[in-house]
Amino acid sequence: MMNKRLKEKAGFGALAVLTFLAVVPVLAIIGYLVWQGWPALTWEFLTQPPRKFLTEGGIYPAIIGTLALTVGTIMVAMPLGIGTAIYLVEYAGENVFNKLIRIAIINLAGVPSVVYGLFGMGMFVLTLGLGRSLAAGALTLGILTLPIIISTAEEALLAVPDNYRYASLALGATKWQTVRRVVLPVALPAILTGTILGIGRAAGETAPIMFTAAVVYTPRLPDSIYDQVMALPYHLYAISTEVPNVSQHMAFGAALVLLAIVGAMNLVAVVIRTRMRLKRLR
Amino acid sequence: MCDKNKMETRNLNLYYKGFQALINVSFPVKENTVTALIGPSGCGKSTFLRTLNRMNDVIDGTRIEGEVLLDDENIYDAEVDPVVLRKQVGMVFQRPNPFPMSIYDNIAYGPRIHGRKNKDELNEIVEKSLQAAALWDEVKDRLHKSALGLSGGQQQRLVIARVLAVDPQVILMDEPASALDPISTAKLEDLIHQLKSSYTIVIVTHNMQQAARVSDFTGFFLNGEMIEYSVTNTMFTAPRVKQTEDYITGRFG
Repeated sequence: MMNKRLKEKAGFGALAVLTFLAVVPVLAIIGYLVWQGWPALTWEFLTQPPRKFLTEGGIYPAIIGTLALTVGTIMVAMPLGIGTAIYLVEYAGENVFNKLIRIAIINLAGVPSVVYGLFGMGMFVLTLGLGRSLAAGALTLGILTLPIIISTAEEALLAVPDNYRYASLALGATKWQTVRRVVLPVALPAILTGTILGIGRAAGETAPIMFTAAVVYTPRLPDSIYDQVMALPYHLYAISTEVPNVSQHMAFGAALVLLAIVGAMNLVAVVIRTRMRLKRLR
Repeated sequence: MCDKNKMETRNLNLYYKGFQALINVSFPVKENTVTALIGPSGCGKSTFLRTLNRMNDVIDGTRIEGEVLLDDENIYDAEVDPVVLRKQVGMVFQRPNPFPMSIYDNIAYGPRIHGRKNKDELNEIVEKSLQAAALWDEVKDRLHKSALGLSGGQQQRLVIARVLAVDPQVILMDEPASALDPISTAKLEDLIHQLKSSYTIVIVTHNMQQAARVSDFTGFFLNGEMIEYSVTNTMFTAPRVKQTEDYITGRFG
């Protein structure tokens, strides 16, 4: 009897230690970033372009560039991803063609991001002649995000009970009316959450944009989708590896801002989900 | 009670992949009556019910032979649109399945998808349907609250109101009381009695007393075949077939 209790305690103790160990690196990274980056965060840093070969001034164009790329990514990946998921879950039957699509999507998720970068350069920058531009970068990041969005949206749609579909069809609704008015509203919170989390990841990618959209330095803000932009991840990469004599704090300040943007997007995802869930039950 | 067949199946066979779920079923459904389908689990009564509004079409791998008539027209004819058919033949499922929307939007869902947009008209349909389903007095002050906040029995009556709102001619019910407590069940049975004057009802039930209480005609199914069909009273007092007698006296099933 005692032995059983002891084992129970040891088991839970071990799990608690493992959980703690898993959380430590995350907290350490955030803590270190704040500690190192906080001194750099001034009003000037956030609102001015860089000066003197990136060694002074701010990161404003990179913030705007990253936000613009993110919006572009959303516009590319959301309709494509959600549309594909709806087709796969609600319309596609079990045939060879659809199996191939599913396998292709799973494999897309395993492709390294630098490969997306190369593909984006070949396809969008050169072949389609978009040049190094917001458009080419957003398309590349969009494709990179697609597998995540498709699979989370698929899961969200599959989680909608068939009861709802049957009830709607039995009332004489068409399949599209059923999807549009019953299934999608139920699945939407989970779809949006997955989408935003996926895009948050894309916002921090360097490799896909370094060949397709980002430049080391431009004081200009983009005013068309054919403009090239600065972007936070690439800026970080550039000042850490290619520019000598940059203050440590500048780099960590930029990293902190990038983290804050991604964190804010994740927060938005959580808020959307909670609010939509509550609304349904009220 | 009139003698017109509102619906009728003729030599109906249904195959699900390799399995024959219904074997040569010929079955009448008389207008403005309640017809009960009884039989042990897996006997095909629910499958049969779903052939009457082509809900089996939704399941991959089902194939049908024979005829299912609604007002003497075969509903499996190529020119019949199942979407239009299901507006005429509504269905209530085993578990109450209100949509996660307000009570009002649940009832207005059917009329809206069939193109009604006028607010006054919708208000009227919602009130009329809820009244017909004996739910109006309980929910009239909370129409815009979520339907998921209702009790199981209220949800099932809401679902019936939702079916009534599209103005069907036939209502199919697949064990509608199996998830309800005895008081909710009694209310539901009362409701079925009231609805009979305006609608034709087919109900699948596991509960023999329920079949005896609510129905005018009863069909007994066993292993995909319709074994016996007769006036409910006769069925329960003097069944013709031995298997029917064994089932309703509880010797198997």
